Amino acid sequence: MEMPPPSPARLARKAELATALRRVLPDDAVIDAPAELRAYECDALAAYRCPPMLAVLPATTDEVADVLRLCHAAGVPVVPRGAGTSLAGGALPTADSVILGVARMNAVLEADYDNRVIRVQTGRTNLSVTGAVEEEGFFYAPDPSSQLACAIAGNIAMNSGGAHCLKYGVTTNNLLGVTMVLMDGTICEIGGAHLDAPGLDLLGVICGSEGQLGVVTEATLRILPKPEGARPMLMAFDSNEVAGACVSDIIKAGILPVAIEFMDRPCIRACEDFAKAGYPDCEALLIVEVEGSEAEIEDQLARITGIARRHDPLELREAQDADEAGRIWLGRKSAFGAMGQINDYMCLDGTIPVNELPHVLKRISALGEEYGLGVANVFHAGDGNMHPLILYDANKPGDLEKCEAYGADILKLCVEVGGCLTGEHGVGIEKRDLMWHQYAAADMEAQMAVKDVFDPAWLLNPAKVFPLDASEGRRAVPVAAE
Amino acid sequence: MRAETEAELAEMIVGAEGPLRICGGGTRDVGRPVDGAVLQTGGLSGISLYEPGALTMVAEAGTPLAEIEAALAAEGQRLAFEPGDWRGLLGRAGESTIGGVVATNVSGPRRIQAGACRDFMLGVRFVDGAGQVVKNGGRVMKNVTGYDLVKLMCGARGTLGVLSQVSFKVLAMPEAEMTLTCEGQDAKAAVTTLCAALKTPFDVTGAAYLDAGATGGVARTQVRIEGLEASVRYRAGRLRDGVLAGFELVEGAASGDLWREVRDVTPFAGREGAVWRVSVKPTDGPVLTDALATLGLDHAAVHDWGGGLVWLLVDGSGDGGADVIRQQTAALGGHATLIRGSERLRADVPVFEPENAVLARMTAGLKAKFDPRGILNPGLMG
Repeated sequence: MEMPPPSPARLARKAELATALRRVLPDDAVIDAPAELRAYECDALAAYRCPPMLAVLPATTDEVADVLRLCHAAGVPVVPRGAGTSLAGGALPTADSVILGVARMNAVLEADYDNRVIRVQTGRTNLSVTGAVEEEGFFYAPDPSSQLACAIAGNIAMNSGGAHCLKYGVTTNNLLGVTMVLMDGTICEIGGAHLDAPGLDLLGVICGSEGQLGVVTEATLRILPKPEGARPMLMAFDSNEVAGACVSDIIKAGILPVAIEFMDRPCIRACEDFAKAGYPDCEALLIVEVEGSEAEIEDQLARITGIARRHDPLELREAQDADEAGRIWLGRKSAFGAMGQINDYMCLDGTIPVNELPHVLKRISALGEEYGLGVANVFHAGDGNMHPLILYDANKPGDLEKCEAYGADILKLCVEVGGCLTGEHGVGIEKRDLMWHQYAAADMEAQMAVKDVFDPAWLLNPAKVFPLDASEGRRAVPVAAE
Repeated sequence: MRAETEAELAEMIVGAEGPLRICGGGTRDVGRPVDGAVLQTGGLSGISLYEPGALTMVAEAGTPLAEIEAALAAEGQRLAFEPGDWRGLLGRAGESTIGGVVATNVSGPRRIQAGACRDFMLGVRFVDGAGQVVKNGGRVMKNVTGYDLVKLMCGARGTLGVLSQVSFKVLAMPEAEMTLTCEGQDAKAAVTTLCAALKTPFDVTGAAYLDAGATGGVARTQVRIEGLEASVRYRAGRLRDGVLAGFELVEGAASGDLWREVRDVTPFAGREGAVWRVSVKPTDGPVLTDALATLGLDHAAVHDWGGGLVWLLVDGSGDGGADVIRQQTAALGGHATLIRGSERLRADVPVFEPENAVLARMTAGLKAKFDPRGILNPGLMG
């Protein structure tokens, strides 16, 4: 993955910029020592690394504004960073950029239960938002797998989803307002505890813009009352097609489970070896979770069981107690760890129309044989968001490149069948150069026009999302003179 | 002008020599009056794809809403964001189109639980002011590939581009619905009750209050529950045993009628006056109406969305209450839109909430990028 070469003019300003930043931030909030900058050299797409020129850790919106104003004046790019858990390289720096980490801004500003909203600083982790409201019986719905570590700032940047968004929606559906700082240091307020924007839906375009339009420092989030209970059930089938058809029938029947997770045989095996969850030996496995009172759960599961039986399941297992529920989820939740045990892996994130599932799984497997690489599939079946995990050996020369080529073929396949490159991880650098497969020039131009308005100098996270050849003219704005 | 295809639409926009007034079904004439040649999109019609098992539909922008709703109903599905029919309220005839619904981001009572129109939109195709055909999003339920221009277009009222095709998520129609109602509460007590109901785990899908001025008799508080039959019965019972003690149970078609009334704001249809739509946080709904009364602005109010969406019927002469409504709304943190008013009133006072300087700069910047000649519904949004 190519990144733009660092600009010598910017690199020459390192000391000067560090001094200016120390005038507006506490000493320990400006990091310039090479050894310490290594901590910011990559995110969870760890195959790509590059320490930034500087890193800053502001503690307030005003400090963020000061940092951006100074960097803007110096013509130095800024890469915003939440918790650094991006799987797409969203927080990967260039050598001539400043990392702006929001980790020190993690306070809950207000929890308003009557109006069902919480206002937080965006460095707060996803799970700790729920942590702040659960005693009152509430939760924050989007639940990316990294929720223990990932920050709301990154969730907003990538419009993160999770296993339960089939029912509750992704970040954009749960975000009501933000305080955001533009690249020139201007602070703006959008939305709030009330619903829906008065003018253009700027909030809608900011969410998912991968830190390219502004740095979001505070957010108003929708919180929901916790359901009375939840219970998963496990279903085993002897083919992917049948499992896919069962998913479609459940949805068509008007039942809306909170989650429908799908695992294929390679994934089931790996999880079983790793976590010993007691999964049946089968080709495809579904985990379906429903919510409500005891009677409501039983009613829904009975209907789902009825539908599943029409598809000749090898096994239907309803959790009898919390312990069994835990075991049903155990394998699924350890899928990534299990794959990591076998080898290095790359996790893809394409989305496809649900009815294309069997076809796409077959093609993924056939492509894997061509490339000579193993793949396991685990994904959110209800909404067609796939997560093929491609196994490779990072120490074997050429294997990463082969894996990337295979991954690119899978994502192109997703687009071909009417889907998209990324369902919840974001484009970052990982899928940046594949964007031409999904969008024509006019489509890309319209998106870049939005960045032109928010960040005319293209200094915020500029080398992401758009193929470098598409954004080159815009990024070539000369470094501002003193 | 009436476009029958996307290519024709693009040609008409390229060939336009002056401002264009974009018109779907012409049922939602909201905004500053636009002086321009009418460009009709009703010819771009038809459902191009419907997959009930994937909960997705793709339709040309000019497709009548009624056609879409009928196709969905045949499969036991619906538009969960419950778009209102404002023909009665605005005194308009014609057929509402899906493009018009999306362009105005119309969402009904279920918005508090299911989300707004914008939350269900999966993809758009549109023609920008330069005549370029642009697509964004797609037809899958999770998509973060590039910027979300789908949301930007939803609610932009044709000022950034003219929609040619939309794709959206649909949901199953519930097996049952019930409404719990109570009469005679004042706004504050009603909204306190609504908030309490919305805090329960019983998945309330509608929470509204119609004051005496709106009902023309006694004020009514109403809470809706939907879902599987047994579950609805269970939840209604739990609510009546708890925060909705003393509420009456309304079932079936009668329950549906109660919500169509709120959705379409029928209490204000055929009545004289200007109509405002204000969005504040729910607990501020009664604070707003109390303040307006104290300041001497006579009004009738329908509170939807747990109390936070306030429809106000006021005297339409003078500034139609604009000053005092805007002042009070701004103080609470929210926004007010003049939904119905004479052409004179809509030209005299800002129809939409004036934006702060920074957002106004962003809006103007986007308008200049997407419609460089300034010909798409110029001035409509202020």
